[in-house]
Amino acid sequence: MFTFSNVQYKDILKIEKLTFQDKQIICLFGESGSGKSTLLKMLNGMLTQDSGKIFYKERLIDDYDPVELRKKVVMLGQDPVMFQGTVRENLLFGLKFTGKSEADDSKLKELLKDLRLEKNLEDDADQLSGGEKQRVAFGRVLLMEAAEVYLLDEPTSALDEETETKVMSVFTQHIKREGKSAIFVTHSKEVAEKYADQIIYMNEVLANEEISE
Amino acid sequence: MNNMLDITLLQLISAYIFIIILLAIVRWRKIPREKEIIIATLRMTIQLVLVGYLLVYIFENENWIYSVLVITVMETFAVYNIFKRTKKEMNADLKKIIAVAMVSGTLAAFLYFNFIVVQFSPWYDPRYFIPIAGMLIGNSMTGITLGVSALIEGFSSRKKEVEAALMLGATPNQASQGIVNHAFDSAILPTINSMVGMGIVFLPGMMTGVILSGAGPLDAIKYQIAIMLGITGSVSLSVIIFLYYGYKTFFNKRAQLKL
Ligand SMILES: Nc1ncnc2c1ncn2[C@@H]1O[C@H](COP(=O)(O)OP(=O)(O)OP(=O)(O)O)[C@@H](O)[C@H]1O
Ligand SMILES: [Mg+2]
Repeated sequence: MFTFSNVQYKDILKIEKLTFQDKQIICLFGESGSGKSTLLKMLNGMLTQDSGKIFYKERLIDDYDPVELRKKVVMLGQDPVMFQGTVRENLLFGLKFTGKSEADDSKLKELLKDLRLEKNLEDDADQLSGGEKQRVAFGRVLLMEAAEVYLLDEPTSALDEETETKVMSVFTQHIKREGKSAIFVTHSKEVAEKYADQIIYMNEVLANEEISE
Repeated sequence: MNNMLDITLLQLISAYIFIIILLAIVRWRKIPREKEIIIATLRMTIQLVLVGYLLVYIFENENWIYSVLVITVMETFAVYNIFKRTKKEMNADLKKIIAVAMVSGTLAAFLYFNFIVVQFSPWYDPRYFIPIAGMLIGNSMTGITLGVSALIEGFSSRKKEVEAALMLGATPNQASQGIVNHAFDSAILPTINSMVGMGIVFLPGMMTGVILSGAGPLDAIKYQIAIMLGITGSVSLSVIIFLYYGYKTFFNKRAQLKL
């Protein structure tokens, strides 16, 4: 699905060869500062490498229209962001851009239940706790059914174990059912082993250690 | 200018007592502003005296070249002033857009105002041409200055929101909608507020001038209404042109936020 060939970004990331398989749930695992977020951002054109090539479906990422690419390769950033408005508006925020699928309140309420969020759709998103915001941001991405790949940067970092398990299993089932792909970052070895089809260890793919030292 | 009250030089000098009072206050309160106050007073005086003589010359030698020259100087000064008053750093593209928006927005409003609304002739009559240009340009200048600050501040404080929207497939336009609307709002708010206070809190610029020069208050009010509408048009036009192109300078060709 994604292929890296001699990719370099500043002195942060250097990857000679790396392939992500299609229709898989892949976990990126590595220490803080190893470049996981940077790598994810390159996959949907939020960052562009300084040199080397990244392909998505055999086509250079640079050749895609970045906005069209991001509608297919949707990303949830590391810090959950709430936009001004209600929980409902925040959940629907991403759908505005793809303009394809619709979601009525019953679907949204179902989603809140899946995310274990005991909140009303009318609640002010700004008032939510950190973990609640993270789940709303997660839900926002889940609703975007036009996506082919989901990039999730530590989507459950602020959740307790029980909630994390529930959210991750709902998510992984959704991915499998729809035949989509996902790449997620986590610091929890357990989560990685439990939900990922494949774990990519950052220290194994990075080539910069030998180069820069 | 027939029945206009003339004040003597001595009377005029007596008005500087207000500055003396101000200076006394800041010295007493130990507010370090004396230098600025003195410079501002001097500049105001010298600039107005020079402009006064310049206008005497221009009014006596009506010529379209002078009128066009004056408006060119005003536009240049306004653009330069926006650059200077914006404390935040600006890239070269943004500066270019400020200049284009300022000039095209005010000129469009100015032409409409002169040829459709007021219809004075000759079209370059400095008695109308210059003060009207001054008011439209001055207000647009303030509007764009506010808009520039709000735009830059919005992109720095709401960077995460913009990025989150881009990650979900928003176009740069969609991702900056909130910031752009807020910037537009803060840029035109003073103009809207001044319409609200018009006639009650102040009898500004043109009206005061027209009354002082001996015309009746009703004539003065007609002019004031027209000029207020003209100012509103000029401010909104130049600000929207600025914002429409300005937000794009925060993104690169790959629809990534710069910086
Ligand atoms: N915009 C930037 N400019 C310069 N350096 C950056 C920038 N963003 C990140 N870095 C640096 O790149 C390195 C990798 O950052 P990145 O955020 O990708 O790490 P990470 O693996 O996601 O870490 P964490 O697990 O803490 O989120 C860090 O050393 C960071 O300081
Ligand atoms: Mg990270």
